[in-house]
Amino acid sequence: MQENEIVLREQLNDVIVKFEIYKPLIAKSARAGQFVILRGREGGERVPVTLVDWNAHKGTITVIIQAIGKSTSLFNSFQKGDKFLNVAGPLGTPVEVKNYGTVAVVGGGVGIAEVFPIARVLKQAGNKVIAILGARTKDLLILEKEMVDLCDKTVCATDDGSYGMKGMVTDALQMLHDAGEKINVGFIIGPIPMMKFTSRLMDKLGIVPHASLNPIMLDGTGMCGCCRVTVEGQVRFACVDGPMFPSKTIDFDELIRRTSEYRPLEKESLENFQREKDHICKCGLH
Amino acid sequence: MPNPSAPRNNGYQQAPDVRKHNFEEVAHTFTDEQAHNEAERCLHCKNARCQANCPVGVQIPDFIAYVKGGNIGAAVSKIMETSLLPAICGRVCPQEKHCEGNCVLKDKFGAVNIGMLERYTADTARKQGLLKAPKTAPKTGKKVVCIGSGPSSIAAAAELARAGHDVTVFEALHAFGGVLRYGIPSFRLPREVIDHEIETVKAMGVKFIPDVLVGATQTVKELLAQFDAVYVGSGAGLPTMTGIPGENGVGVYSANEFLTRINLMQAYKFPQTDTPIKIGQQVVVLGAGNSAMDAARSAMRLEPQSVTVCYRRSAAEMPARAAEVEHAKEEGVGFEFLLTPKEILTDENGRVKGIKFTRNELGAPDEKGRRRPVEIPGSEFVKEADTVIVAIGQRPNPVIAKTTPDLKTTSRGVVEMDEQGKTSIPGVYAGGDIIRGGATVLLAMKDGIEAAKRIHAYLGGK
Repeated sequence: MQENEIVLREQLNDVIVKFEIYKPLIAKSARAGQFVILRGREGGERVPVTLVDWNAHKGTITVIIQAIGKSTSLFNSFQKGDKFLNVAGPLGTPVEVKNYGTVAVVGGGVGIAEVFPIARVLKQAGNKVIAILGARTKDLLILEKEMVDLCDKTVCATDDGSYGMKGMVTDALQMLHDAGEKINVGFIIGPIPMMKFTSRLMDKLGIVPHASLNPIMLDGTGMCGCCRVTVEGQVRFACVDGPMFPSKTIDFDELIRRTSEYRPLEKESLENFQREKDHICKCGLH
Repeated sequence: MPNPSAPRNNGYQQAPDVRKHNFEEVAHTFTDEQAHNEAERCLHCKNARCQANCPVGVQIPDFIAYVKGGNIGAAVSKIMETSLLPAICGRVCPQEKHCEGNCVLKDKFGAVNIGMLERYTADTARKQGLLKAPKTAPKTGKKVVCIGSGPSSIAAAAELARAGHDVTVFEALHAFGGVLRYGIPSFRLPREVIDHEIETVKAMGVKFIPDVLVGATQTVKELLAQFDAVYVGSGAGLPTMTGIPGENGVGVYSANEFLTRINLMQAYKFPQTDTPIKIGQQVVVLGAGNSAMDAARSAMRLEPQSVTVCYRRSAAEMPARAAEVEHAKEEGVGFEFLLTPKEILTDENGRVKGIKFTRNELGAPDEKGRRRPVEIPGSEFVKEADTVIVAIGQRPNPVIAKTTPDLKTTSRGVVEMDEQGKTSIPGVYAGGDIIRGGATVLLAMKDGIEAAKRIHAYLGGK
């Protein structure tokens, strides 16, 4: 087995793929809440991806990737035996593991995979762990079984009501609260608006919220400052100070604006990629 | 016969209105004739002040004598006795502060163009296959790891390999060269020059490993269990921001981000490469050091309407090399002095629309002897801008210090050294910007070479 080699590939649904990658040094040192930077080709972007699992004994790490732009689409076209060009990490500050009492882990979409290792390590630390999983529709809801097996309670919510309760994760959280569930701390990973509104609701319900931020990153090692976010009025670098921050006072609107900066160019890049992929050459020259 | 009174030859340069549209190198390497003529100007002083003032002690009159005689192989070997990166040094060393600044011809006829001669020697030797990796001493069996692959670490690695040690270089990024790769633009230092110099060091047996962020992937303590000594050359990779309101606006870059997008990620080739970059029409660069010049000149090449460097002191206090400032001006970069930024103004979408400045006058000198800017009351005004690049300095990257509690650092994150150049951990040495907080490529290399000698002695070598 070679470094960066994909040893296992599992298609979880149309757009989400799970990869197990051989990378012993990271497998040995990874902790919950950290991420890796992946590159797929020469000239390719450095893409931050949360570590979902790691196995020091096998020397492998697990990531779960949703194809959104060009780079993630390229990654998800990789097959077992292919190699990522670069895998760097583990990056970022791990979440603080202790017994908080009752903890809610809230995952939206592919964020469910990203919050999974946090749920596991908090369970091991003696917390009562409640999982709230949200997705647009049933097909996009991943890792439900793993969460059910791990957590003390798991609630699913889909926007269209195709699975679990109909509504958002905030509706599920409110429901748990109304049913008398006393939650101390929350860890939220998902789309920015979902993290924003869940953080607000948690704060209102007396739960201390934390959110894992996903700003644009370049090096991911604290060098470029592209990922700066405002937390409690202070500028922090998500790549080294985070990505998980207490989220009561995060300036989510600023994060939304800063992550939108390259959207038209990202779209152009993805369209080029899809055109190349779909192009079946009829010229007969190659 | 030496011909010192001949005019100093600066070689050919791309014309400013051509080069500001491309990322190709500004200056061309000397032709053989230009090199010969420039070499003829050298007086070969017995007590050569140029050599005495070279941070890495290049034997300047001797190598120039070989150039004059047309023996490029001997010339490059002479340089490489003390400096293994001649093509890089010839390009980015501030010669006007070191060798050329001390040339006896400087005031009367203009200093010998030592930088261009070094560069010619390295480039020509490379092209003709005369540049060979230096011989290494018999294997010592000792293992040394260098953290980072910037100029300091590469210099240390090469010297340690020359002394016979088994050397590994860990780089956090995907490409090698550190600040040479992510900071210095290709129009000053072509990417293939970095590649070639690293190939030379690889040919000496040094192993280069990417994607290892020491402090995260492996700790210094873990490295000490696998290696006999550690050299920390991880540089000053933490950007300093101004801290003024609006700095997180859309369209505000740190110089590190802006230059990393362009240099490391090659964003100016988007969509052939995947990392994009955006430039507005009115670009303002805050700061006037070498990174500020690199950022301003790179910005110019992305073709905005204007690029303006705004500096809080006057032209005389600019920290950038004079030649870089001159190049920037030729390319159309504007300069405005005695301005302190107070706020970055943004529109309803959070996008930069201007900078609020106050005007300064120069007051008493500070501890470095530079006159301090003093704000003029009531001088506030707004300058329009849609891209702002903050280039006011860098500090050491804190990742290693944070994960190595025994490693003593100052409040600014600079690794502390004793008189023998040792850190607070036995077997761990450091140099370059991690101990200087932000200096030059050549001083970083000097630290690397000196640390290599100390490590060699620590490992029982002579």
